[in-house]
Amino acid sequence: MDVKEIIARRVAKEFSDGDVVNLGIGLPTLVPNYIPEGIEIILHSENGFTGMGPAPSEDNIDMELVNAGGIPVTVIPGASFFDSAMSFAIIRGGHLDATVLGALQVDEEGNLANWMIPGKLVPGMGGAMDLVGGAKKVIVAMTHTAKGEIKILKRCNLPLTGAKKVSKIITEMGVMEVTPEGLLLTEYNPEYTVDQIQEVTDAKLIISGALKPMI
Amino acid sequence: MKKIITMEEAVSHIKDGMTIMIGGFLACGTPHKIVDALIESGVKDLTIIANDTSFVDRGIGKLIVSGQAKRVVVSHIGTNKETGRLMNEGKLDVELVPQGTLAEQVRAGGAGLGGVLTPIGVGTPVAEGKDHLIIDGKTYLLEKALRADVALIYGSKVDEKGNVYYNEATRNFNPLMAMAAETVIVEAQEIVKTGAIDPHMVITPGLFIKYVVKA
Repeated sequence: MDVKEIIARRVAKEFSDGDVVNLGIGLPTLVPNYIPEGIEIILHSENGFTGMGPAPSEDNIDMELVNAGGIPVTVIPGASFFDSAMSFAIIRGGHLDATVLGALQVDEEGNLANWMIPGKLVPGMGGAMDLVGGAKKVIVAMTHTAKGEIKILKRCNLPLTGAKKVSKIITEMGVMEVTPEGLLLTEYNPEYTVDQIQEVTDAKLIISGALKPMI
Repeated sequence: MKKIITMEEAVSHIKDGMTIMIGGFLACGTPHKIVDALIESGVKDLTIIANDTSFVDRGIGKLIVSGQAKRVVVSHIGTNKETGRLMNEGKLDVELVPQGTLAEQVRAGGAGLGGVLTPIGVGTPVAEGKDHLIIDGKTYLLEKALRADVALIYGSKVDEKGNVYYNEATRNFNPLMAMAAETVIVEAQEIVKTGAIDPHMVITPGLFIKYVVKA
């Protein structure tokens, strides 16, 4: 199983039947492929609809129906369209059960940085600040390091997207919950030892008494 | 009142130095023909309020490439490398705003409100220099309302009275911007006879629309 699939499969177990979920661009978009049998989630797209379905076949591409990354998608029966104010009322108003997104950095306080690298990359926050600040559950889904560079820190040093908002971090190495005491490692990938996971994590991991394999 | 005008008339309402809102989300739901006509007109020093600066060759992005904007207020610039380049060279002033905040600022501008209180951005660079208000123990930023001289929006079906219906994900910022400018011009994919749109399906009432121009 490749790294992305390991992460997406694990994230897919996070939802309850009927949850309204917003998925960020990149890796999070793989999550719907692995939603367990019997669980239905409603995908929210911040450019203005719920009920987002899979990509269309090539001859059914409709440029008036794109996701928040501008990529053509479909809608499933039961979908609804709305304007940007309502879309963000859903996000901010406590109506979005979860958001899944990537990170440049995340830390043991649940701070998240994923919208700019000063002097280098300034794409803008788009809807990320609202999603991180508004969703009931904020799941960071990412590779544990960026080509060896440590991303799970004691304190983020890049400008924040949201302060103390992350609920859970899911990587190919394990699952970490953000708690008032710090990052609690609750699940691990048996391909690694706990020491190996700690080695590439700047924040001190608290090892759960109920630690179990993530796969 | 006759609202249907030619493209030449439409463009004549946009003058050097004006603040304009342009609907759309990554070019989906943008009044493309008006944007093209603005480029031909050569109008300059525009302040553009929009969700994003789209792509170099599509939507609002073309007005960035043509150098007609002096300032943009947007949530995202990452899909248009020219925006970043001009910003870094000091030729374009870029104000990045969380997408949900931008939607509410525009909505407030059209709704007679002075601004909105949002928790989004607290503890991030977005909060710098802004008033913080503590309401019932929670911290909010005061984000002021936005208005424009002209709003340029896109409608899928527009009747002679200016009632607008938006197809699929083209709605996004369009209905909000339709309320927030002195002059509102809708580019209609299709112009239909008054009464041809079921009143239940009218998303933006015609009273907000000053002019209709055929795409």
